Amino acid sequence: MIKSKDDYHTIFFIGITATYIIATLALPMYAILSKSIENKDGIFIGLSNYKYYFSNPSLFYSIYNSLFVSIVSTVISVTLSFMFAYALTRSCIKAKPFFKTIAMIPILLPSLLAGIALIYLFGNQGIFKELMMGKSIYGPIGIIIAEVFYTFPHALLIIITALSIADARLYEAAKVLRSSPIRTFFTVTIPSAKYGLMSACFVVFTLVITDFGIPKVVGGQYNVLAIDVYKQVIGQQNFEMGAVVGVILIIPALLAFIVDRIVQKKQISILTARSVIYVPKKNKTFDLLMLLYCSFIALIILTILGICFYASLIKFWPYNLSFSLKNYQFDLMDGGGWGSYYNSIKMASYTAFFGTIIVFTSAYFVEKARTFKTARITMHLLSMMPMAIPGMVLGLAYIFFFNNPNNPFNFIYGTMAILVICTITHFYTVSHLTAITALKQIDNEFESVASSLKQSFYKMFFSVTVPISLPAIFEIGIYFFVNAMTTVSAVVFIYGPKTNLASVAVLNMDDAGDIAPAAAMGMMIFYTNAFVRISYVIITKKVLVKFQQWRTN
Amino acid sequence: MDYYLKVKDVSKSFGKFQALQNTTFEVQEGELVCILGPSGCGKTTLLRVIAGLEEQSSGQIIQQGREITNLPPEQRDFGIVFQSYALFPNLSVKDNITFGLKTRKQSTKIIEQRLSELLSLIGLEYHKNKYPSQLSGGEQQRVALARALAPSPGLLLLDEPLSALDAKVRQFLRLEIKNLQKKLGVTTIMVTHDQEEALSMADRIILMNKGVIEQIDTPQDLYSKPQTSFVADFIGKTNLFKATKKSDHSLMMFGQIFECHQSINHNEIIVAVRPEDIIITEEVSNKDTISGIVKEIEFLGSYSIGLIEINHNNQRENLICHLPLDNNAHNNLKKNSVVNILLSPQSLKIVNH
Repeated sequence: MIKSKDDYHTIFFIGITATYIIATLALPMYAILSKSIENKDGIFIGLSNYKYYFSNPSLFYSIYNSLFVSIVSTVISVTLSFMFAYALTRSCIKAKPFFKTIAMIPILLPSLLAGIALIYLFGNQGIFKELMMGKSIYGPIGIIIAEVFYTFPHALLIIITALSIADARLYEAAKVLRSSPIRTFFTVTIPSAKYGLMSACFVVFTLVITDFGIPKVVGGQYNVLAIDVYKQVIGQQNFEMGAVVGVILIIPALLAFIVDRIVQKKQISILTARSVIYVPKKNKTFDLLMLLYCSFIALIILTILGICFYASLIKFWPYNLSFSLKNYQFDLMDGGGWGSYYNSIKMASYTAFFGTIIVFTSAYFVEKARTFKTARITMHLLSMMPMAIPGMVLGLAYIFFFNNPNNPFNFIYGTMAILVICTITHFYTVSHLTAITALKQIDNEFESVASSLKQSFYKMFFSVTVPISLPAIFEIGIYFFVNAMTTVSAVVFIYGPKTNLASVAVLNMDDAGDIAPAAAMGMMIFYTNAFVRISYVIITKKVLVKFQQWRTN
Repeated sequence: MDYYLKVKDVSKSFGKFQALQNTTFEVQEGELVCILGPSGCGKTTLLRVIAGLEEQSSGQIIQQGREITNLPPEQRDFGIVFQSYALFPNLSVKDNITFGLKTRKQSTKIIEQRLSELLSLIGLEYHKNKYPSQLSGGEQQRVALARALAPSPGLLLLDEPLSALDAKVRQFLRLEIKNLQKKLGVTTIMVTHDQEEALSMADRIILMNKGVIEQIDTPQDLYSKPQTSFVADFIGKTNLFKATKKSDHSLMMFGQIFECHQSINHNEIIVAVRPEDIIITEEVSNKDTISGIVKEIEFLGSYSIGLIEINHNNQRENLICHLPLDNNAHNNLKKNSVVNILLSPQSLKIVNH
């Protein structure tokens, strides 16, 4: 068929976004792979680096440690969040929105902050030090507690979705057949939430095994893979060995990603149009138990946040507990000062702005273009890849790729641009899926109607698609912003002297022993993210409603 | 040029699946043609190929003397209405209808004029500032129709436009669309799986099955002169029997000779008989009659349906016939009673296999 103007524009945009993903993901990954099979002089040496790594028992041990903390954290985090999600979806407790909001707090914090809180609570001068019964919080115990805190909301969101799609008729059938509540739980509830639970496990496992902030802060001498990468690169400047550990770190993340994709594909829609939505019935004992449980979890989350809030506002823990703002005088400390905070705001805003535009535009072509099916499928697959790449590995790959003098884009190295690009790529997949989900809900015939009326897709895109998708577009922007504020792993290798970031400042101040200022900076990140989230809620409630009258009848 | 649109030898396959096989037909100017067929017969694919939304594997399409085979949809001249209406939910009725008018460098005055023309055409003058979600299904469908007609396209394509509506609204809109089409004289192709809809609305019907056109005819001829057993069976109810040729105008069926008005060309043939053409008679020795046993009688108000079993050479054939209430002979019929059936020469239709 003769190509129309729209078709040429489509291929142009798909080309641009494909180039973007290839240049910011595929090529850097190639760079890290080839680095891992070179020696210091850049000469190909095959798998020697890997042989060396596996022959060194102390390095090899960190694989075991990584798997251990990841598996234990996954089991605990998914169990706790399942019970929490169960309370929110299957009981009649009051204040569900309150509990859900509290449970989302960890998403707004840099993961390191949980580690810092644990030090205040259970460290050598901690309030509840006795509870440790002589054991040290520095090590696997601290890592696991902090990781559970950090991954809890991620698992919770997935499981809530899985539990919300219950068909009431199945429960009625079970009741009529006189099945006991326990039996109903194992034959109806668990199977229908099975895929959600599995998905939550993979997500938590990947988050933990690739996280580097928490082990850095409370890991002590306990080595994990992510720490190894950091030590090799920052400590010993051994980039080749850093690349080797990075590549090893990809394997579990990639496996979890692939298995998760397969599982997701099996999940056909359980809820049909004929299903009846399950509405929980009152049960005094059960509801009371669930209320106690939710309050307990909420208390822990608020304690962890509260201790950082408190510690950042006093003179000197634990000797002088009088109020002081001196911990917020970041300019007096190493780590970049207030400048790093402003850098973070800038970086997060750029990421949100450009990231949303890139993601939404490319998702639009992937989902709605009439032609170029192969290119669109390839584009979609490319968009799924960033999920499988740990942030540290991506950051390290950026050093190899962009710091190469032969790279024409070498000039972005050490600038704000590379941080923004890296962060967009790092958080690309989830944003892409959000956009695709929103676009799938829009009638595919809109484009056909527009072309039959001889209107370009620009008009269609700006007057119909974008207005309809505004909620999803804002959601993507906020996701980018919040994550850009809290991320450490993706940027720790590529920030420059002029582009220090708040999250990295938390890390560096903690490293230098300035724990209270680190907590203070962490709280600044929290305040900012909370402010953005709350503003968004207000904006959607008050302002968007005005422009979206067509949604209501 | 005596046709408005010509589809010539168009085929379309998705992988190994052949959705359309060498479809060829012509549409006259101002005609309303229905493409009718069971789901999966390729009718929607055919419509989408005509619109350029789907690319044909081979074949040719000519509209008003212009070859449009390889043109993208925006360079063709048509308006389209989908089953889902595909109204833009964030635009008002007014903005939906004028969506296709705005960039044509027309003055606001002309656009306003066209808008009020269309609004009065579909009878929704007082709803122009409402959003689609504030309208009923039937009203939304009319807005979609007005939007498609706004740029005055030469060809109107309707893809199952009434399927998503309630039965009552559907019947009403059926008439309304037909009258509107005649009033505007716009050449229209409508896809439907509902034979009643096609019979009541179309000037001509293209009946499709498995990617192939079975017959193109007026509704009346499609019903009374089916050319294939599929057509006979799909349109209304039909009894189909195997038979063999005896002479040019007589055939062998149930071990008996029957006369037939149509001339017979093949040795092995299929005979179609409409239930309402079968007459139960008390005369015994007529040469066109055969006896059978009443197996079931189903009362349907103004008439009943009788299921009659014909037995010959230990082979049983079932036959359905209509039994109008006003016939005395019918009122006395009981289950298992033996009856004589008259199959007149004009009731036997020879169809292709």
